[in-house]
Amino acid sequence: MTRASRWADVGGVISREEAEALVGRVVQRSSADAVSVSVQSARETNLRFADNQVSTSGTTTNTTLRVQSVFGKRRASVVTNDLSDAGVQRAVTQAEAIARLAPEDPEYLGELGAQSYEAVPAWFDRTAELSAEDRARAALTALAPAREAGDLTVAGYIVCEASATALGNSAGLFAYHRGTNANYTLTARTNDGTGSGWAAAEANDWTAIDFAGVARQAIDKARRSRNPVAIEPGRYTVILEPEATANLVSVMTGALQARSADEGRSAFAKAGGTKVGERILDPRVTLLSDPRDPLVLAAPFDGDGLPLGRQVWVRNGVLEQLAYTRYWGQRQGRPASGAANSLRLEGGEASTADLIASTERGVLVTRLWYLRAVDQRTLVQTGLTRDGTFLIEGGRIVRSIKNFRFNDSPLFMLNNLEGLGRAERTAGGGRLVMPSLKVRDFNFTSLSDAV
Amino acid sequence: MTNRRDFLKTGGVALGALALGPDVLRAGDSARGHIATPSGYRPLPPVVTDPATRELMMEALDAAKRAGAGWADVRIGRNRNNSVNTREQQVTNVVESDTMGCGVRVLVDGCWGFAATQVLTKAGVGGAAQEAVAIARANRIAMARRVELAPAPSLGDRTWRSAYTIDPFTVSLEEKVGLLLKANAEAMKARNVRFVTSGLSFVKEERNYANTDGSVITQDYVRSWVTLAATAVANGDFAQRGPEVVQPMGRGWEYVLEADVAGNALKWGEEAAEKLTAKSVDVGRYDLILHPSQLFLTIHESLAHPTELDRAMGYEANYAGTSFIAPPRDVLGKLKLGPEFMNLVGNRSEEGALATIGYDDDGVQPDEFHIVKDGVFNDYQTTREQAPLLDWWYTQRGQPLRSHGCSYAQSWADVQFQRMPNVSLQPGERDLSWNDLIAATDRGIAMIGRASYSIDQQRYNAQFGAQLCYEVRNGKIVGQLKDVAYQMRTPDFWNAMDMIGGKSSYEFGGTFNDGKGQPSQANAVSHGCPPVRIRNINVINTGRTL
Repeated sequence: MTRASRWADVGGVISREEAEALVGRVVQRSSADAVSVSVQSARETNLRFADNQVSTSGTTTNTTLRVQSVFGKRRASVVTNDLSDAGVQRAVTQAEAIARLAPEDPEYLGELGAQSYEAVPAWFDRTAELSAEDRARAALTALAPAREAGDLTVAGYIVCEASATALGNSAGLFAYHRGTNANYTLTARTNDGTGSGWAAAEANDWTAIDFAGVARQAIDKARRSRNPVAIEPGRYTVILEPEATANLVSVMTGALQARSADEGRSAFAKAGGTKVGERILDPRVTLLSDPRDPLVLAAPFDGDGLPLGRQVWVRNGVLEQLAYTRYWGQRQGRPASGAANSLRLEGGEASTADLIASTERGVLVTRLWYLRAVDQRTLVQTGLTRDGTFLIEGGRIVRSIKNFRFNDSPLFMLNNLEGLGRAERTAGGGRLVMPSLKVRDFNFTSLSDAV
Repeated sequence: MTNRRDFLKTGGVALGALALGPDVLRAGDSARGHIATPSGYRPLPPVVTDPATRELMMEALDAAKRAGAGWADVRIGRNRNNSVNTREQQVTNVVESDTMGCGVRVLVDGCWGFAATQVLTKAGVGGAAQEAVAIARANRIAMARRVELAPAPSLGDRTWRSAYTIDPFTVSLEEKVGLLLKANAEAMKARNVRFVTSGLSFVKEERNYANTDGSVITQDYVRSWVTLAATAVANGDFAQRGPEVVQPMGRGWEYVLEADVAGNALKWGEEAAEKLTAKSVDVGRYDLILHPSQLFLTIHESLAHPTELDRAMGYEANYAGTSFIAPPRDVLGKLKLGPEFMNLVGNRSEEGALATIGYDDDGVQPDEFHIVKDGVFNDYQTTREQAPLLDWWYTQRGQPLRSHGCSYAQSWADVQFQRMPNVSLQPGERDLSWNDLIAATDRGIAMIGRASYSIDQQRYNAQFGAQLCYEVRNGKIVGQLKDVAYQMRTPDFWNAMDMIGGKSSYEFGGTFNDGKGQPSQANAVSHGCPPVRIRNINVINTGRTL
């Protein structure tokens, strides 16, 4: 029997040295013209609670290996989590067998050579080594006050991940990054069924999460959102908390691809070209990606091994650049930008409270739910408000209101800008840093009875 | 000692013939296993539980009990995925994925723990069992009530295979690529169609399960999906048909061949081209005639999700949401969800449907149950953990307390929880067709294929689009419409249903990727339904200009 590797025995995350050795084992066994390797290794631990009680909880450890074999321009990939010598050999043999049968891919450019990357310190030992007791105690910061109150029910999710990504190939490329992430989301509902509040936090470092603070915020929102009243759908000035901003702005990433714009099928296409260089949004809007963003540390390379630096997509409202893959960049005579791992919308100096205070009549939105594109040409999305929607009058929150369905586009919203709050890490996924926003004429199209 | 290589060598499904035993005689809980494989393709081997896998599962259960678990189950799974993707006349991606591992779930003093490992040795699975117990123990400080499971009989040794006759994993890459590129070329023949993407996605799961009740189950499950999206571009505008042009099914390569993608691709291309010049819809109220390829998703979102008992009880409040069909005591046998001819059935037994399975991930043989009976809400989807919450209802109805068999985990690496079975709208007594519904309608919109879909977290307010919308006037289709979406409030919508197709118009629609839970897991599910007509529904126009 082939001994499984050490990290697999202990259920940990693959180290740089182990990843390098694994890549070497693949390259050494390859008889293809070229081979590339991708390793994903993660240990995820989580705890769920609901109905004021712990529910499921667990830990999963897995390391997968992806081998892409290439003959000429023919290529195919095989993924396995059998990292024994026999398993690696089987993956290589199978990838080569399939690649020989694959038609030529005219877009294959050959393997990327060695690159240099500036390491990003995204790993926190304390987060990687968290115990089940730590998570259960964190959950009690919400469970205990809810049980004590008697009129509240909480449901929440705590998840921590320690993970590593490695890439390598037969042309000498090797990339390795490891990081930790802790995420906490919490929903408090009032037992009369009329109030619901959500709060959350995410950070690379578990100790940066204020569990008790999240609980206070969700519980406060749940209580204040009781007995919502219906107000007419229509166009309103809206204050979006950072999570709601993230829900809408993150859909722009798909449209930032140069190829779909050049092909005439994206919101950034126009007859005969693209909108690069044009002012498409309010001049206060700057949208960028940076793996060294202190609020969201991410891998300094993309899935193809392209190094990632700070990239500005929209600067002061002007569409500055679109994302190029290696192939599309070469074809269009542009440098390959790679695919970004995070996104930041630059904020302003105001707090959400300042934005509320400046509003004569408007709607405060905690977060949005079930977004779906209704038109790729305009990026119009539909979705609903959820877990804390309030009417603002005379600069104050005056009452809880029923949730709305909206039909609107981040492109319209970022043109109708009235004010920007401070940017913060949001917790709905996607490695995002977003501010709260004040926008006019936001399009609510119907009411929802959902609480 | 067993290791991964031995597991592969004697892997139950892969080379099961090496381990012929009494199981083989029972391999057909489904007789489908005996359908002959068409010539030119490899016949299917029998389904058996590999002895080495059984030994590992027993070790995991023993280790859990030694560590203090009151109850435990274990799943050892092998998940294979094969995908081929193309655009126009080139292949963009060929991926073959094959992963294995073991997940152990335990109850310690009524508290859950779970751990999963890829290390398939006695030490590996034993270690996972110990870790699961340690997690359950640690969580007791936050426990309020004990988890109690509904009784389920020990099933002994069982095997099952899904309804496929040609294993897609034995079909050559050339055949797969040839089929897609031919379809792409056909679609490109349509005027203004400039881009086509297509893909094949296959999943094959070997699901081994054992629990401390004494059940040992091996199941062989295959599903297939072929997609094609045609994009027409002209005058600075674009329109798309697809990618869901063929419904995914729990069947094999024979299903892909039956779908005749190449033969239909030109029509799909032309439909995209026609959409470019289609009339933008006038907002207002219309009678909607909904094709099964569109309706299945409305059933899924507005009826199937809110009748999951975990949602109704608040267990998904932090993510997927809760339900307007709650609390159970206020709605069971009372809530009128639609007309008297409306019957909605949960099952995991319809042949070829995606959620069809012999045994669930609680070790339960699922049953068929009416969720809506004669228009009234009748029952929820349940697991062993949840069914006891409805003991009062089953007692009142004179039914035994049991789980409906809706426990599912997407892989060995994920913990199982309540997932949707096939939830199917039963056809009407009269055998009406799609055309009959159109012919009976004065002013309406006929909708085909799912497009944009969104619904709130309690499943009241929804908005659905369609890939193809046709204006109906005086019983006839008069042309294609674009920018169409309907908005609905669930109970009002279903109570406005006044016509329903019959048995011959009943079709399945489904998806591989229904998301739920934290961490989010995908579930594959189908919904059978005939076309229906819904009266006087609000239609909005989604078209805007930048």
